[in-house]
Amino acid sequence: MKMKVMPTMRLRSTSILAAMALTLALAHGAGAATIFVSNEKDNTVTILDSTKLEVIKVLKTSKRPRGIIITPDFKEVLVCAGDDNVVDVIDTDKLEIVRKLESGPDPELLDVDPANERVYIANEDDAMVTVLERASGKLIAEIPIGVEPEGMAVSPDNKVTVATSEASSMAHVIENSTLKVLANVLVDTRPRHAEFEPGGERVWVTAEIGATVSVIDRNSYKVVKKIGFEIPSIRRELIQPLGLRFSKDGKLAFVALGPANRVAVVDAATFEVKQYILVGQRPWHVEVDPDGSKLYVANGLTNDMTVIDIATLKPLKSVKVGRLPWGIAIKP
Amino acid sequence: MTDLLIVQKFARSLLVALLVCPSLLVCGAFALADPAADARRRAQRAVPVTVTAEIAYLGRAYEDPLPLSLVDKVLTDNGVQGARSGINYNETTGNLLGHAYKLTEAVVPLADSLAEKAKALLASGTKLLVADLEPADLIAVADLPEARDAIILSIRSSSDDLRGHDCRANVFHIPPSFAMRADALAQYLLWKKWRRWFVITGKATEDQQYLAALKRAAGRFGAKIVEERDYTFEAGYRRTDDGHQQIQTQMPLLTQGAMDHDIVIAVDTAETFGDYLLWRTEVPRPVAGTHGLMPVAWHRSFEQYAAMQMQNRFQRSTGRTMTERDYAAWIAVRAIGEAVTRTGRADAASVRAYLLSSAFEVAGFKGIGLTFRAWDHQLRQPILLSGPRTLVSISPQPGFLHERNLTDTLGVDAPETTCRMPK
Repeated sequence: MKMKVMPTMRLRSTSILAAMALTLALAHGAGAATIFVSNEKDNTVTILDSTKLEVIKVLKTSKRPRGIIITPDFKEVLVCAGDDNVVDVIDTDKLEIVRKLESGPDPELLDVDPANERVYIANEDDAMVTVLERASGKLIAEIPIGVEPEGMAVSPDNKVTVATSEASSMAHVIENSTLKVLANVLVDTRPRHAEFEPGGERVWVTAEIGATVSVIDRNSYKVVKKIGFEIPSIRRELIQPLGLRFSKDGKLAFVALGPANRVAVVDAATFEVKQYILVGQRPWHVEVDPDGSKLYVANGLTNDMTVIDIATLKPLKSVKVGRLPWGIAIKP
Repeated sequence: MTDLLIVQKFARSLLVALLVCPSLLVCGAFALADPAADARRRAQRAVPVTVTAEIAYLGRAYEDPLPLSLVDKVLTDNGVQGARSGINYNETTGNLLGHAYKLTEAVVPLADSLAEKAKALLASGTKLLVADLEPADLIAVADLPEARDAIILSIRSSSDDLRGHDCRANVFHIPPSFAMRADALAQYLLWKKWRRWFVITGKATEDQQYLAALKRAAGRFGAKIVEERDYTFEAGYRRTDDGHQQIQTQMPLLTQGAMDHDIVIAVDTAETFGDYLLWRTEVPRPVAGTHGLMPVAWHRSFEQYAAMQMQNRFQRSTGRTMTERDYAAWIAVRAIGEAVTRTGRADAASVRAYLLSSAFEVAGFKGIGLTFRAWDHQLRQPILLSGPRTLVSISPQPGFLHERNLTDTLGVDAPETTCRMPK
């Protein structure tokens, strides 16, 4: 498998270290990564080993764990626990919750900036974005945006953060230096997830009810492309784009389509849908293995995670996790 | 909670307080306000207003029947609170686009003239009406010459007549019709293989329409109404000393000797006996219909598809749970909001064109976009099947197919409609 570290890769403070780890891992074949899956219904995070796909530990969390992300230094996994109004912080060595961040009401999704300094949290119940200092948990700002904030993505150059609001059908572009909203971009109904291309030129926003992905230009804040999905014998209303991630080389985008029970594979250059991969029921969020070889899909209704081989775009296996798996984070 | 967290919490509330309340006087007034509205005030106007949507909530001070259960509060603001909440949602989005929303609330006393009030509103340029009106009043307003180019979003009645031979081109229907409710229930009962229905109907006019819808549903889906009875007892007031003793003997009397049945269906829109059937039927059978397992557009126990956020916000801003009528009013205002957001126009002709276009959909916490049926202006929507305390299912049920839209398996479809909409 061809694998190179793109110059446009996320500029994380530890990107060189990560790249080295990646190279090492590749030299030894597939590296054993640690996979963290948030289970909304169980109030747990299932921790698995990526080579054996066996459960290492089931960690009890605060109530209603959903959005989950790993910090750029891979030392901490942050989990939004919406019904307890906190973000649980899991130490990735100890595999234990070591502290809790006060996130503001009903945190749903979050992102950490590439400098590993700030956490941006969507407060779904409260029409705002909460910005915290990652190390201390100190409140930096609360930024009012549209109704029901959900998606959250910090740009790879750490200049802006894009938050989506489901009930306002907007992507809000926040300038990180001033914490002011620079632009509000109207997208289709119920935007759920925002994701920057690895190069940072464009941000992709999925719309659950609108059944599209809007590709927004980073500089003009204009929607430059709308990607639709059509699957033979699947009704339009069952196609609900939710989670989205890019392959490590940035060439493919993987879009979970919810009740359509499929993940769409989109060519990131032409915006053409290349393939639909059948997974479990109601896939929500997806994550790419740090070595770029696999895609993991959290299937909300079948309580499992589908493992897809990215080279062949074939599903390899389904692994049982907790009830209503929501999101995935991976430590190399 | 650690001391650090408490300090942080305090700092947070102080920050919010400083942002929201430049002076303490202003602060007090917003103590119970909707957080979306708070966010709006905090942000002030991000973009200067270029478009203002003038919406009126037009209702009448009807004497609504009291709920049988004392658990349900008697409400004086049923419906209008949903409209207010919808305005807050619209405003939060509109603030970022230069769109403003103005809500005029007009609940006309029964002694006063509804027509005069409606004419005055329409003459003042308010052409977007959320109508909390009984069928006769709704038609009277819709037929005013001044209302010809208005948009009337009906939020009260489920009458199939209003969507059939009494339909009007300027009226849109937000609540599910009785036919939709009956079909939603029937699909679930068929899935359960509970095919033999024992239907007990009250005296209200609407009860007869609901009964007709149930008969139609039984015929469509292959169920059988094995026994049909009317509730003939005088209902009386809901609170009496030792009231349960009479009810305990009345209900077995009402249900005794019926043909073998799988379920009892209560048709009691006027709240006279429905709740009393539960646990008191002669043979042990579940109860569905207006009570027991209910096909509804909204229920306070519903939490999926981000409904929880709606429930929480509503509870916070109004101090009570959201009713089905509140939900209808919320959807009505949000539908207008969608039209204004997407077209940048708030005149009735533009809103109407957008509501009926293929581009229109409004999100209503049902997992799919909600749209209007062209043939009778009924809002297409999945229907909740809710027990008194928890959600049981959502119809359409799997396996009930339709050539275009699964939700069109609920209610009156294009080929069967008796609505002749003037172009």
